[in-house]
Amino acid sequence: MASLSQFLSRTTPPLSNSIISTPLPLKPFHQASSWKLSHSRRRIFTVQSKIREIFMPALSSTMTEGKIVSWIKSEGDVLSKGESVVVVESDKADMDVETFYDGILAAIVVPEGESAPVGAPIGILAETEDEIAEAKAKASSASTPKSEAVVTPTPPPATSTPAPAISQPHPIKSTETVSSGPKKIVATPYAKKLAKQHKVDINSVVPTGPYGRITAEDVEKAAGIAPSKNVAPAVATSAPAASPKPAAATILPPIPGSTVVPFTSMQGAVSKNMIESLKVPTFRVGYPMTTNALDALYEKVKPKGVTMTALLAKATAMTLVQHPVVNATCKDGKSFTYNNNINIAVAVAINGGLITPVLQDADKMDLYLLSQKWKELVEKARAKQLQPHEYNSGTFTLSNLGMFGVDRFDAILPPGQGAIMAVGASKPTVVADADGFFSVKSKMVVNVTADHRIIYGADLAGFLQTFSKIIENPESLTF
Amino acid sequence: MQSSLSLSLSQSIVTGSHSQHHHHYNNNNNNSAPLGSSRFFLPTSKPVNLRFCGLRSEALGFSSSSSSVTRSHSRRVQLSTRRSSGTVSVSASAADNGTSPKSFDYDLVIIGAGVGGHGAALHAVEKGLKTAIIEGDVVGGTCVNRGCVPSKALLAVSGRMRELQNEHHMKALGLQVAAAGYDRQGVADHANNLATKIRNNLTNSMKALGVDILTGFGTVLGPQKVKYGKVGSPDNIVTAKDIIIATGSVPFVPKGIEVDGKTVITSDHALKLESVPDWIAIVGSGYIGLEFSDVYTALGSEVTFIEALDQLMPGFDPEIGKLAQRVLINPRKIDYHTGVFASKITPAKDGKPVTIELIDAKTKEPKDTLEVDAALIATGRAPFTNGLGLENINVVTQRGFVPVDERMRVIDENGNLVPHLYCIGDANGKMMLAHTASAQGISVVEQVTGRVHVLNHLSIPAACFTHPEISMVGLTEPQAREKGEKEGFEISVAKTSFKANTKALAENEGEGLAKLIYRPDNGEILGVHIFGLHAADLIHEASNAIALGTRIQDIKYAVHAHPTLSEVLDELFKSAKVKAHASIPGVARRNPESPGRSSNQHDDQPRGHSSCRQNVFKKIAAIFMMYSSLF
Repeated sequence: MASLSQFLSRTTPPLSNSIISTPLPLKPFHQASSWKLSHSRRRIFTVQSKIREIFMPALSSTMTEGKIVSWIKSEGDVLSKGESVVVVESDKADMDVETFYDGILAAIVVPEGESAPVGAPIGILAETEDEIAEAKAKASSASTPKSEAVVTPTPPPATSTPAPAISQPHPIKSTETVSSGPKKIVATPYAKKLAKQHKVDINSVVPTGPYGRITAEDVEKAAGIAPSKNVAPAVATSAPAASPKPAAATILPPIPGSTVVPFTSMQGAVSKNMIESLKVPTFRVGYPMTTNALDALYEKVKPKGVTMTALLAKATAMTLVQHPVVNATCKDGKSFTYNNNINIAVAVAINGGLITPVLQDADKMDLYLLSQKWKELVEKARAKQLQPHEYNSGTFTLSNLGMFGVDRFDAILPPGQGAIMAVGASKPTVVADADGFFSVKSKMVVNVTADHRIIYGADLAGFLQTFSKIIENPESLTF
Repeated sequence: MQSSLSLSLSQSIVTGSHSQHHHHYNNNNNNSAPLGSSRFFLPTSKPVNLRFCGLRSEALGFSSSSSSVTRSHSRRVQLSTRRSSGTVSVSASAADNGTSPKSFDYDLVIIGAGVGGHGAALHAVEKGLKTAIIEGDVVGGTCVNRGCVPSKALLAVSGRMRELQNEHHMKALGLQVAAAGYDRQGVADHANNLATKIRNNLTNSMKALGVDILTGFGTVLGPQKVKYGKVGSPDNIVTAKDIIIATGSVPFVPKGIEVDGKTVITSDHALKLESVPDWIAIVGSGYIGLEFSDVYTALGSEVTFIEALDQLMPGFDPEIGKLAQRVLINPRKIDYHTGVFASKITPAKDGKPVTIELIDAKTKEPKDTLEVDAALIATGRAPFTNGLGLENINVVTQRGFVPVDERMRVIDENGNLVPHLYCIGDANGKMMLAHTASAQGISVVEQVTGRVHVLNHLSIPAACFTHPEISMVGLTEPQAREKGEKEGFEISVAKTSFKANTKALAENEGEGLAKLIYRPDNGEILGVHIFGLHAADLIHEASNAIALGTRIQDIKYAVHAHPTLSEVLDELFKSAKVKAHASIPGVARRNPESPGRSSNQHDDQPRGHSSCRQNVFKKIAAIFMMYSSLF
C-alpha cells in the first residue's frame, strides 16, 4: 500500500527518540520540522480525488499497528493544515498526528480505543461539504473488506444498528413532551459522552433522570445497549454499618453430616471454565453415523497401536480442514479468529479431575504418529507433567464416552473454542435403506456443541456431514 | 567524572575556611559553585544582585559577634518586661502606637499558625529566637484543616477506587476483585482523622520546642507591636523585635455566587464530603478543581467544569495540560465549558436543582444555563488580611495581598519598607503553596538572624495530586521561550515517556510524560514538568537541582536505582543535548587557581532568573493554589 500519509507526528520524534536512545547523548536531537520534511518528501499526491483517506501513520521504525487513543477532532470538524487531528498510540508512545491538508473530517473509520495496522485508513477527509456524503459512503465500503483481513474492529454502528428499531417509539413521545413545555434538554456529562460514542441523537432520548435530565442509562437504552455493568460504584453511602454487600449467591443451608472437600487446583480450573462457558451462546446438532467400516479399520490397525481416540481425532482434524469456521474462535464478540493450526483437545478423566491433552496439528500427522503422540500425552497427564501448551492450545475438543456405553450426550463448550464434539457408543441398530431393505448396522450418535456467534446451524450440519462421510469411508484416515 | 557531587562538597569546605570574615553560618552556604567563592565579589556587590536561589543565597553576613550579643541581651531583658506587659492596659499601649519599644516580649511573633507560620516558628527556635505564634482559629491553617491534608486523604481513596473499578487494569495485572464500593462517612472520617492527627502533630511540635501559642486574632498596632485576643475578651499586647504576618487565605467566591454550604460549596465544605452528588459542576479547573474532579468521578459523580479561560488547566505547561486533559478529563465522566464565567449560581431549593448562569468571558453575553445537583467553587483563593491593622503602619493591600519585596519585607503605601515586618505565604500572594509559605518563613528567620536570604521561587515545585499526578518546577515552555528570546539564549526541550520505564510498566501505569526545558548552551535547567505515576514525588530531583544550581551535564551522571520511577528523570537528563563547550561548574571549582574563569561563570547566572520573575510569579500566584502538600 503506497502510503500517502497526510498525517505526521509533530512533537513526537524527540519523545520516541529518547526512549530508544542509549543513555549516552549520541543521537541528534530531532527537531520536529526536520522530521516532517523527511516524511513529506515521501508523500504522493493524488490530485484527482478530493476525498482523501487518512492512514495510520508509522510513528516509529518498529511500529506495525497503532491504537487510536483519541480523536481530537470529530466528524464534521473543519481541519486546517498542521492541526492535530488524532492521537495515536504506537508501541512506544502516544503521539499527536496532524493533517497536511485542509478539509473536513468526513468520517472516522477506526474509532477511539481500537487499533489499525500501519497504512490502513483510519478516517476520511473531504475537501468540501458536498463531498462528505460521498466520503462517508467510501468510509463504510472501505472499512468492511479491511476489517476481515486484519484485526481492524468492526465499526460500532454494527452494534448499534438494532437500536433504532427499539428506540423508535420513544423519540416521538419525547418531542411531544418537549414541545409542550419550554424546557431545554439537560443531559449529564456521561450521557453526552455516550450519545456521541454511540451516535445517538441526544434530542431523541427520553429523559428519566431527576429534574427531567437525560442520564447515561437513558442513552444506553436509546442506543439499545445493555447498561454498562453498574459502572457507578456500589454506593453504600447511607449507613456505615451497611458494609460492602457481599454479592454472594444464595447460600444453601448445610445438610447435616456432609463433608466439605475443597477443589484441587485442577477442579478449581474446571469450575472456573464451566462458569466462564455460560457467557457463550451455544447450540447443539446431533448426527447419527454408521461405524461398521470404521470398526473394521480399527480392528486392522489396533495391533499397530492405533487407538479409537486417534482415529476419531484424525477424522475430526480432516473434517476441520474443510470447515475452518468450526475450528475458529470468537474472542471479543466482534470477530472471527481463524486458527491456523488444527489442534484437537481430547477430554480425559484422570483421578478426580479432567484434563484435555492436545494433539497439535492433528491434520498433518499420520494416524500412527498421532497414536504414539496420544499415548505420550496420556502418560504425561497421569503423571501431571503436561506442559501448559499441551493442554490449553486446543482449537476443537473431542469428548468420547462411548466406552461406557453412553449412547449420546451433551458437552459444554470450553471457553476459547468454537466447538466441541461429544461421541457416544456405537451400537448395532436396525436400519432401513432407500430400497426398503432392513439390515443391522453399527451406529453412533455424534453431538456437537458450538458457539453460535460464529458457527451457525448450517455450518455445523455441513461439518457433521463431512465427518460422517469420513467415518463411513475411513480409508483416507490411513492414507 | 564519577562524582562531581563529592568534588563540589569538598571544595566548598576549602572555600569556607578561607572566608574568615564571614559569619560562621556561612560555611556551608558557599558551596555555590557558580557563585564561586563569594569573597571575590561580595564586598562590592549590592544585595539586589543576589542570586535568587533557594539554598545558598546568603551573602552579606552581618557581624556574627555583634548580632548574637544583641540577641542574648534582649532575651535577658524580656523576662522582666514580659511580666509587666501583661498588665499594660490597652489604652496605655495605644498611646505608644508608632513608637518602637526598646525591649521586647519576643524576638519573633508570627500571626497565623498555618504551615507558613509553623515552618517559621520551628526555624526560629532552631536559631535561638524566643518565638510566639498567634492563632485565631485552629493550628495548622488551611493546609492542614481545609486543604492539602484532608484532600490527600480523599485522593488516596479515589485513587484506589479508580484502580479497583478499572476492570481492564485489574485484568492486565491478573487480579480479580468483586465490585468495589465505598462508605461515604468512612471516607469522610479518614480525611477528618488525618487532619486531626496532623494538627496535633503540629501543635505538639511547637509546644515541645517552647513556642508560645497565643490564642486570638492578631492585629498589628505599630512597629514591633501586636495585639491579640478573642472577640469579647480584653486584648493582650505583645511586642516583638520582628513580626511575620502569615494569615493565609480563604476560598475566593466571585460575586453572584451564593454559597449555602450544601449544594453550592467551596473546598472547605467539599473536604468534609457530606454528600456525593450525582452531578457536580466545578467552577475553575486549577489544582483544586482538578483534584476534586478526580475525587468526585472516582466516587461515582459526573462532573462539569466551568473555566473562564479558553482552555482547561491553564496553569500547566501546554503539552502537559493537553496530555492531562486526555487522561484526566476526556475518558472520565466529565464535560466542560471554557471561556465562560459563572455569573450567577443559585443553590438548590424548593425542589429545583442548582442553577448556574453562564456568560461569555469576553463579551459578557449570556451563554447558557446549567442545572446540576451541586456546584463546587474552586476559583482560587483570596488573601485573609482583613483586620490585620495594616492601616496602623500605613500599608495598603493590593487585592487583599500584602505587598512585599523579594525578601518578604512588607512595603508601605509610599513604597518604603516597613521595618521588622514581614509577610509570608498566601497573604503575600507570591506563590500560593503551603511549602512556599514555609520556605518564605524560613527565609525570613534567616534574615532576622542576620543573614541575607532570598528565596528562589523558581526552584519551588508544585504538584497536583490527581491520578496520575502532575508536577512542575520552574518555567513552562512558553515562558522559557519568551525569556530566551528576550535575553538572547536558546531553549531546548527534552522529553521522556513513562512508557519506557520498567517500574511504571510493572505497575501497568505507563501513561505519562516528563519534560525538561533547558539551555543547551550552559546546561541550566529552566523547568521540569511531569505527568505520570508519582510525579509529585519525582519532581524534587529537578527542583533541588534548580535550587542548587546543578547543571544537566553534572546531574546526568548521578545514578538512579533500577528499576524505579526516578529513572524517568534520569532518562530525561541524559536525553538533553548540552553543547560540548558548556561550562562544567565542578571542573571550574577544582581549579581555584583561576578565579577569573569562575567569576565569569557566576556572573552570567544570577541575572538570568530575575527579569521575567515578576511576570511569572504573578501568573503562578493566580493559578497555583494552596493545594500542594507540604506533608
